[in-house]
Order: sequence, then structure tokens, then C-alpha cells
Amino acid sequence: MSITCKEELKVHQDKVNQTIQAYGCRILVCCGTGCIASGAQKIYDEMVKLCSGMDNVKVEMQKDLPHLGELGVVKTGCQGLCELGPLMRVEPYDYQYVKVQLSDCKEIVDSTVKEGKPVERLFYKTKEGELCSHPDDIPFIGKQTRIVLENCGKIDAESIDEYIGVGGYSALAKALLDMTPEEVIDEVDKSGLRGRGGAGFPAGKKWKQVARQPEKLRYVVCNGDEGDPGAFMDGSVMEGDPYKMIEGMTIAAYAVGAQEGYIYVRAEYPLSVKRLKMAMAQAEEYGLLGDNILNTGFNFHLHINRGAGAFVCGEGSALTASIEGNRGMPRVKPPRTVEKGLWEKPTVLNNVETYANVPKIILSGAEWFRTIGTEGSPGTKTFSLTGAIENTGLVEVPMGTKLREIIYDIGGGLKSGAAFKGVQIGGPSGGCLVEEHLDAVLDFDSVKKFDAIMGSGGLVVMDENTCMVEVARFFMSFTQRESCGKCVPCREGTKRMLEILEKIVAGKGEMEDLDRLEELATMVKSMALCGLGKSAPLPVISTLKRFRDEYEEHIVQKKCRAKVCTALRQFHINAEFCKGCGKCAKNCPAGAIFGKAKHPYVINNDLCIKCGACKDNCNFDAIYVEA
Amino acid sequence: MLDQSYYNKADEIIEGYGRKAASLIPIMQDIQAEYRYLPGELLTYVAKQIGVKEAKAFSVATFYENFSFEPKGKFIIKVCDGTACHVRKSMPVKEALMKELGLTHKQHTTDDMMFTVETVSCLGACGLAPTLTVNDEVHPKMTPEKAIDLLSELRGEKV
Amino acid sequence: MGYMTIDGRKVEFTDEKNVLSVIRKAGINIPTLCYHSELSTFGACRLCTVEDNRGKTFASCSEEPRDGMVIYTNTGKLKKYRKMIVELLLAAHCRDCTTCVESGVTCVLQSLALRMGIQEVRFENTREIRPLDMTSPSIVRDPNKCILCGNCVRACEELQGIGALGFAYRGTEAMVMPEFDKKINETLCVNCGQCRVFCPTGAISIRTNIDEVWDALADPNVRVVAQIAPAVRVAVGDNYGVPKGRSVMGKIVNALHRMGFDEVYDTTFSADLTIMEETAEFLDRVQNGGKLPLLTSCCPAWVKFVTDQFQDFVPNISTCRSPQGMLSAVIKEHFRDPANNPDGRKTVVVSFMPCTAKKMEAERPNSYTKGEKDTDIVITTTELIRMIDNNGYDFGMLEPEACDTPFGLGSGGGVIFGVTGGVTEAVLRRLSPDHTKASMESIAESGVRGMDGIKEFSVPYNGIDVKICVVNGLANARAVMDKVRAGEAEYHLIEVMACRRGCIMGGGQPAGAGDRTKAARAQGLYNADNTTIIKKSDENPLVIDLYNGMLKDKAHELLHVEGY
Repeated sequence: MSITCKEELKVHQDKVNQTIQAYGCRILVCCGTGCIASGAQKIYDEMVKLCSGMDNVKVEMQKDLPHLGELGVVKTGCQGLCELGPLMRVEPYDYQYVKVQLSDCKEIVDSTVKEGKPVERLFYKTKEGELCSHPDDIPFIGKQTRIVLENCGKIDAESIDEYIGVGGYSALAKALLDMTPEEVIDEVDKSGLRGRGGAGFPAGKKWKQVARQPEKLRYVVCNGDEGDPGAFMDGSVMEGDPYKMIEGMTIAAYAVGAQEGYIYVRAEYPLSVKRLKMAMAQAEEYGLLGDNILNTGFNFHLHINRGAGAFVCGEGSALTASIEGNRGMPRVKPPRTVEKGLWEKPTVLNNVETYANVPKIILSGAEWFRTIGTEGSPGTKTFSLTGAIENTGLVEVPMGTKLREIIYDIGGGLKSGAAFKGVQIGGPSGGCLVEEHLDAVLDFDSVKKFDAIMGSGGLVVMDENTCMVEVARFFMSFTQRESCGKCVPCREGTKRMLEILEKIVAGKGEMEDLDRLEELATMVKSMALCGLGKSAPLPVISTLKRFRDEYEEHIVQKKCRAKVCTALRQFHINAEFCKGCGKCAKNCPAGAIFGKAKHPYVINNDLCIKCGACKDNCNFDAIYVEA
Repeated sequence: MLDQSYYNKADEIIEGYGRKAASLIPIMQDIQAEYRYLPGELLTYVAKQIGVKEAKAFSVATFYENFSFEPKGKFIIKVCDGTACHVRKSMPVKEALMKELGLTHKQHTTDDMMFTVETVSCLGACGLAPTLTVNDEVHPKMTPEKAIDLLSELRGEKV
Repeated sequence: MGYMTIDGRKVEFTDEKNVLSVIRKAGINIPTLCYHSELSTFGACRLCTVEDNRGKTFASCSEEPRDGMVIYTNTGKLKKYRKMIVELLLAAHCRDCTTCVESGVTCVLQSLALRMGIQEVRFENTREIRPLDMTSPSIVRDPNKCILCGNCVRACEELQGIGALGFAYRGTEAMVMPEFDKKINETLCVNCGQCRVFCPTGAISIRTNIDEVWDALADPNVRVVAQIAPAVRVAVGDNYGVPKGRSVMGKIVNALHRMGFDEVYDTTFSADLTIMEETAEFLDRVQNGGKLPLLTSCCPAWVKFVTDQFQDFVPNISTCRSPQGMLSAVIKEHFRDPANNPDGRKTVVVSFMPCTAKKMEAERPNSYTKGEKDTDIVITTTELIRMIDNNGYDFGMLEPEACDTPFGLGSGGGVIFGVTGGVTEAVLRRLSPDHTKASMESIAESGVRGMDGIKEFSVPYNGIDVKICVVNGLANARAVMDKVRAGEAEYHLIEVMACRRGCIMGGGQPAGAGDRTKAARAQGLYNADNTTIIKKSDENPLVIDLYNGMLKDKAHELLHVEGY
């Protein structure tokens, strides 16, 4: 089947919606990476089995909707609350179930599907004990503004029909049939959309520069190599609503006159690759991708490249080098990617989230887009909220939302009520924001002022049990391991910074080390070749600035207040609780525990190797750690 | 010497991507997926077939973490050490696995070729930290104890 | 075109391709380790980073000059950062400087450390010590001294199209090595030594044979005979304050005599022999339907390249030995005659070459005559300088001396062998019926001269249009050979010198030659030609004598190889 004009698209949209409405009940099982890990596939299979043969939940193949095999029971992308998976929504009641187990399926079918009654025990319960029956009642979801993720969790992630049903591809139709390429670029430019991959370069400006190049062979490339540990927004978009991003790329290709496009997906996202491939095949079948799109004569062919395990490939020139079959080493710029990118041709390189914003901008206009977010950074931003937080998961909020709202209103505050210490934004290339930044407006420009970067949007919340020196060490070990090794500042500088940090957490630091660390960090920041190298020292710079006292404690007092740094821990036996059983002494590999049976034992901290075996083996909780 | 079947398989994969330099990475990925490692002889063979210099092919293969010239175990366990997993204590999980399997920082695969334990930067399932994957299947909310249980479960599979 | 402000001074720029070149033109020798105008811009060392008037830093090697640019090259911040970078490199570098062959003038890293006043390295070298690769007769690789600038990798790939070396692994584990850490002689390396020319440290150095020469000279039972290649004479002076490119042949001869060489000959002489033989072979192939195009055989790196990678063209390679091979064979034969060797001493031939590949050529099985190795020891220009220094000669005080007879004279055609196109030009002179100024000039202007990597032209000879291609740089040679193989190009003669600009820029020449030096070396050889009365190889009286004497029945045996 091929869709060749707006009318046909509309007809198809109506047909899909009629079909969907014809069902008495629709079950949406979250099949994002997180929920699948929690067993969502089995839940899905079980629901299909239980619903088969039921009148109001159609599971059989639809003749003219070839991809809607299970229109009544569908797999969606991330519904947001990853930690409470497997998640399930049931329509038309708009019930949101959490932590669904196999054993719950029968009850869901019996009460909700057959009788429309909720299974209340599967509802989300707030801290205050309030039950939330609908997704939007859950503060985590209700307080978000979803543009990029609007369909995520609501439509079948494997069905282009459902995407068309919610208005998908009308933006492409509008762009191709009603607008010139220049008008498309203009609209994107006016919207102020900034690249969501890190630095926030205006997308419209980038497209304009590519369109201006004398070379006519151009490429559109999507950076789906979301490598920041602790970030999974792009992965969620690719697996939850691959169509939106593909539509955005197709519009970009039309705007800049490209006929070939590449999506570079990181190796750890097999589900994204699978869903993208399905989406591409469906789009091609519908004439929405490939040759003669919407019968306009415009051709756009899309390819998928899988990453092979190199964080640095998230850097533009390293990414194109990797697509070309080379080592993913960033090259010097200029020439910039817009002039000489993939195969030395002008290239638009944006990330997943950026492209996913495009269809809505084309449909609703730049003016509308600018009503969301801040003056300098319009629109929304997706974050993956993780770490020591009550609700981890995928979050989309307007640019400019305060950190406090994200952490406390949406994220539900810190886990088990611990005290907030900081939040790492922008992954290993980012920095650490603290208490004083909680009420600052969060957008591309403000974050930079705080020695951090927006990055792709990882937010890792840290509480009082997190050692900031250890965190700096952790990020440095990551960037050091992932350094491509090309430029001297990054290759040698990160290595030496890591050595110093390792020395400090091992309790062997000296005060001169802090000067040396600072010296190295500022040098690498100014001198490294690529953006990743330049930002590699940011975690050190920001923690040194904001948690210098912790560094000094490690060095001078040999103390880790978070009790994280093993070498600085001191194990003690609480004489009050100790029964003198001697189990600790028996398990001590260093022979550091002494005592007499039935009398409290003592640990000799000069001999102790801080392994913690005594604590693990004590039946009376008599052993405690002192920083 | 590798069995002829390896070369036949390589030919098949090469045909799928075309004899061009840009095919190098996807071809190596497919070979790696097929044999759970990248036999050096095949790298040389592929380089010749697609017109890439050997030193270049080797330099590309060694750049990316996913390629290994050493055969890997039947179960490849990747412990996520992304930020979210790290702050939720992923390393004790890995250490427990390594201890149980008698692996060291130098040896990643058990002698019986059953298990390979590796670290991975982020699996994108941060909400369920700490996580690990066994042959790409994600296991959420791990603890050292759960990891050991998982091993015996996997060991059961082999019988 | 435009002006930029560098450190407060206005500087004009014209066609400089980057800010770095403008800075250097302005007389500021901004440090670099990975930048070379002949290689692609790598941007890895970051030492050439400058600051603009907004405090933004960028590497000057990769930025195009723009009118109105304001930059600072030596701010306090930059000085500190650069020093730190060099310190970090030193920390990961084997610092056995006192015993390193590149210590002194040629180690760029060392000179930068000195310039920047680095007196302490605060970081420990934690790199694993790796073994040296001594498998090549031409070069030695010491990975412990490698600073990963990638110059060798790019030179091998971009200039020579060989790609024997690559980066392996990444981050601090990154290393330069052949595939699977093979030894260099197990690869397609052609021994050209360009990697060593571009190496800023002692990570790749010339495999030296100096001690063997001293041993031979010290042995009373040995007659030590030297031959000196054309390109050597225009490069040795580099080290002694002689104007760049000036021939110091007479001084070299003096130095060698002082060292105790019994005879000192000129390879220019056997260049003439090569022309005699190669022209004859060429005419024979053209007239009798032999394999064409004829590929020149003077350059051993090129010959290895063909035998390794264009095996189907091996029959096209001229069977002529190289000038080194011819002269050594002739010398050995000369002293086999008891009349020339009354005391019955053993003869050892030491050839002084601009080339590291000649060391490999001397080892080739077809470099033997009558079961005896033709050339016993090959010494590069760089080693020759070291030998002169070793003996403490004051180069300025060495009076020029003439080479010895009977092999001490070459024609102008022979001397220009050292520059790309020289062999072809000499062949054309040989084919010329006369040696008038007009004839010589018209040959020089036929298209044979110039530094382009690939020159194509044709000259009429006996009713045929002789199509010639003159190539320097093996990457260019590959391009030409691919075309020839595909039938897209047809030539009668292809001259290839593996090194860009020919032997004057050979892998054994003193490193660090800038653009001016390169041009001066070529000019130096053309000047030597200009001051030689005999222009044509066939008019060299010593050559004529030899053909009438020793070579009467031995020309083929002594001057050709039996195959490759």
C-alpha cells in the first residue's frame, strides 16, 4: 500500500482511528528496555493469550492494516516509570497499572477488560498513600510536558498505522506538499530549536549552512549513540516512537536536499535497532520513505549503523568516521560537519531528540514552539532521572524548569528521605549542580554558567551517601577509558587526573595533588581536540569548586564522610552488641581482629584491609563503619 | 587454521554489505555475533576482500570495545557500570560474579568457556539499576546474591 | 589575501592554508609535533594552539587565516599549557636520551623540552616496556619512545600508500603498530624510511651499520672502498652550516680518505652505466616487442612495492641493477683481478646513500655476484654525518678532494639521478644525437623536471611518440599502476622514485628539512649538472673505457639481475 497524497493519509488516519475505537478495550503493555527487563514480554504474551477469542479485544490480523497484528493488545514504548515496571495501561478507561505480575493478568482480564472495573491494588500509590488510577494522576507523569515523548507509551511502537492514527506523517505531508525547503528551514530556524545532543547549536542554523553549500550531494545523519552512562532518553524515543524521529529526519532531508540518511545507534540498544528497522520498512511500504515519497518525486533512503562500543563516537566527526568504517577518532575542525561531514560531503548531524521535535514544529509552527521553554532555549527537554531518587525514569519538561521541580515534584524527592547533595548533569562530560542551583532556571545557557553542560540530559541524583571525590574518580575513569587517544591533552591528561583521584580516594593524596589536578583540568579544558576532551575535566572542575572540603578531608584527615572510599573506612566493634562469638575474627583475612570468647572483640585498624568481611559475617550488627 | 566454513560464512556476510571500506564495521559485527569473537584470520580475510589495508582493519577492530580476538564464553555477562548503576553499587555485583567464577582482571572468560564477565558503560535501563545483561537479555535490580543465583540458573541451562 | 594581527603586529597573508603557516612566516616558530605541510592535518599535539582576542583557544594548524583575525601565540596561559603538554608527553616517553640516536638536533620532543625549560617531570612513566623491533635492515622501531603523533602512520599511508603501520587500541593503550603487532619485516613495508623522516622522536630510527665500517677500516687485511650517491653530497652540509643544498662532495671525499677508505668512488659513475644499460634495454623492448611499460629499477623501495603488490608487472621491471648494485659489482670484479689487487686483500664496499631501502637492496638475493655480496655495508647520509662527528673532523676545514679512478667521474646526467625525473632526463640525453646546449635545454623543458608527484609527457624518437610517466611517492605510483593495470593509461617508460621529490628526500637524509631545503637540494644537483662538462652518460670517458675493457663480456653478469 502506498500513500500518495494528503487525502489518502487522512483517509488512512480515520480508518485506523475507527478500528481502534471499535475495540471495547485496548491494553497497552510497556515494552521499553526497562520493562522488558522486568518481564513485560511475558506479560504481553499472557495478555494476548488470555484475550484471544474475546469479542471486545481483537487480537487477530487486520486485513488492510497489516501491522496491527494485535491491535487490541499492543507493545508501547516507555511509559516513564521504569522502576515500577512492568507497566500497563488499559483504554478507554485510561487506567495505569504498575508492577504487573504474570499472576495479575487473569484478574486484569476478568475485571478490567470484561467489566471495566479497575484492579486497584495495581495502581500507583503516592507517598501520602493516595491511589492514582490514571497516568496523569501520577505526579511523575502528570507534571511533565510531553512533545517528543507524546506518543511514547500511548501507541504501538511497532505500528506505523497507530502513528498515523495520532496524526503522524501529517507534518511530512505539510512540508513536502505545502512548503518549499527554504520555508521548512525557516520555520525550524524561527522556532529556535537547539540541538539536544549537548552543545545546543541551533538546528535551523545548521540546516541553513548545509543548504548553502555548493556541493549538492548531502547527508542527513542522526546521532543515536547516546553514550552518557545514566542517559537513556534517545534510546527510549527510538524504541518508543521511532516514527517521529524518522519523520523528522525525512523533513530535514527534504529541507537540505539530501537523499541519503544514516542513523547511528549505539551497540547497547538492540531494541532500538529492531524497532527502527521495522519502522523504516513500514514507512517504505507506505511510500513515506524511499523513492518518490508521497508521490512528490522526493527520495530519501535511510540506513542504520550500529555502534561498536566507543563512547567517543557520540562526537560528530568521530561518528561520521565510524560510519565510513574508520576508527572513531574526532578530527580537527574546520572544516565543520556542515561543510565536510560524512564522506566529506555537507552533512546535517543532529541527535534523536532534535529530529523528534521537528514534526511538531512543522505542524504547530515556530510560534507555538516558542511558547514553551525559555527565550534562549525554546521547547522541552527530556531527562533521564536516575540515582538516589524516589522515582527514576524518563522525564520531559519545558526548558527552564527548575531542578527542584524535577527532583522533588516529578522525581518524588530523594530515596528514603536522604539529604540532597548534588546532581550530575550532562554525564561524564557534565558537571555537578548543588543545592544553590535547585531554583535556578535550567536551560542550555544557564547550565554552562554553572561549569556543566546540558549534554544529552542525564540527571543522576546524589545524596549524602555519595562521595563526590569518588564520583569525580568514577567519571574520570570513564572518560579516560573512553578517550580515543588521539590528542595529548585528553589521552595523557585524563590518565594523570585519574591517577591523582585514585591516589586521593586511596587515602594517599597530598595537598599538592589538588593544584596539579586543577592545573591539568584547566589545560585539558582549553587544549583538547574535541568537545568530549574539552569537557572531560568538567566533573573534576565542578566538584573541586563545590566540594573542595571533601577533597581536603580525604587528603588531610584521611576521611570519607560518605563512607564510600574503602581505603578510608574504619571498622569498629560496638562492645555493647558484640557477643564475643568470634565469627568476625575467623572470617578476617588479615588477622586484624582480636578478642576472647564471650568478650567484645577489637579490630586493629593498622592491620585491617577494609574488606568488610567482618561486618558481612556479624550476626549481631555489632560492627560499624566510621569514616 | 580456521575451518573453511568460517570463510564461507564470511563470504556470505561480505556479500550482504558489499565490498567497500564502509562495510568493515558491520561485517566484523556480524562475524563477532556469529562466533562470539572475531577470529584474526577472518579479519585479514575480510580486509583483503573489501580492499582495506590489514593494519587499518586491525586498527579499527582494536578501537571498538565490542570486538574481541579472544573467544568468549557461552554466556556473556555484561555488568552495567553506568552512572546510575554505579551509584547503586554495581561493582560489588561484578566482583561477586568474578569471585564465584574465579575470574581476574586479566582473565574474563572461564576456562570451560561457559562465562565471560565484562563491564559495560550503560545499558540504558538506568531506572532499574543496577543491571546486567546475559547475552543481551537485561536483568534488573541486581544484588551480589541475585547474581550468584543467576549463575546457578544459567549453569542449570547447560545440562 | 588579507591581514591578521599576530602578537600585536600586522601580518599579511596570501595563500597560506592555515594560521600556523602565517605565524611561522611572521618569524615565530610555534611548536608542533604532528604538523607537516606534506601530510594531512592531524591536530593531535595541540601545541600550536593560539588564543584569539576573545580568549578562545584553537589549534592554528587547522584554522584558515581570515582577514582581521587577531591572535596571540604566547600568552601566559598558552605557555603554561604547552609546557604541561610536553611534560605529559615526556612522562609517557622512554627518556634514555643520553643513549638515543636522535638525541641532539633531530629529536623534536627533546628540543621542545629544552625550549620550554622543563626541568622536572612530575608524573611517573607507567607504560609497559615493549621490545624493540629490529627485524628490518633499514629501520628500528622503539615503541617506548613513540608519542603517538601519527606522523609515521600518515606518511606511510598518505605519501607511500603502503599503510604498513596503524594505530591500534585506543586511549592510553593506543599504540602504533602493524596489524596484529607483527614485526615490520612481515608487512608490506618497502623500507623507504619516510616514517623515520617524519618521526619527531627516536621511536623510528635508522638501523645503523657504522660499527661494521669502523671494524672494516681497522682490519689491515681489508680494502675498504666507498661509493657516494648523488643526493648525499647536497645534504651532508646541512649539519655544518653550509648553505642548504650546496654540494660538499669534495669535503666528503676528504673525510672518507681521512677515515682510511682505500678508494672513494662516485655512484654518479654507475648512474651512467645504468643509463647505458637501461636505454639499451628500453630500445630493445620497444623495437622487439618486449614488455612495456618499462619500469625503472633504481629505487629498491619501488621495486619491492611492485614485487609485493603488482606481481603481474614484475616482468616490466628493468633488469638493470641499481647504480649502487652496478658499481659494487664492478668494484668487486675490478679487485678480483690480481693486477689491481697485488696484496690480495679482501674488498669491502661501503656505499653512502640517501636511502634506508638500499640497506634492504644490498641484502636481496639478486645483489650477489659470483656468490659474493656486491655491497657489503650501506651507510645513510645521516650515519655519514655521525661518522664525521665521531672522528671529530672540523667540516669547515676539510679541503675538497677528488674521487679516485677509475670510477670517480660521472656525467651531468648521472648526478641528477638524485632528483625525481633525473633518470628519465639522463635517458633522454642518451637518446639525443648530440650534446648541444639547445638539445639539453629542450630535454630539460620536455616536462621531465618539476616536483609534481606525477608527470606525464611524451617525446618523439625515431618516429614513435615515446610516452613517459615520471612519478615520485609510492601513493602516486599506486595510482598510476592501477590505471595502467586497468588499461586506462599507456606508457613506454615509467620512472618511479619512492620518496617525494626523489632521493634528495630519501629516508636516510637528515630529517627536519623544510620547504626551502627541499628545493635547495634539487637545485644543488642541477647545479652540479650545470658545472659538469660531460652531460651525456655515453660520453663519460671512464664509462667508455670500462665498456671497452672489463665489461666487454661481463656487462650482463655485472650490470643486470637475473630476476626479482
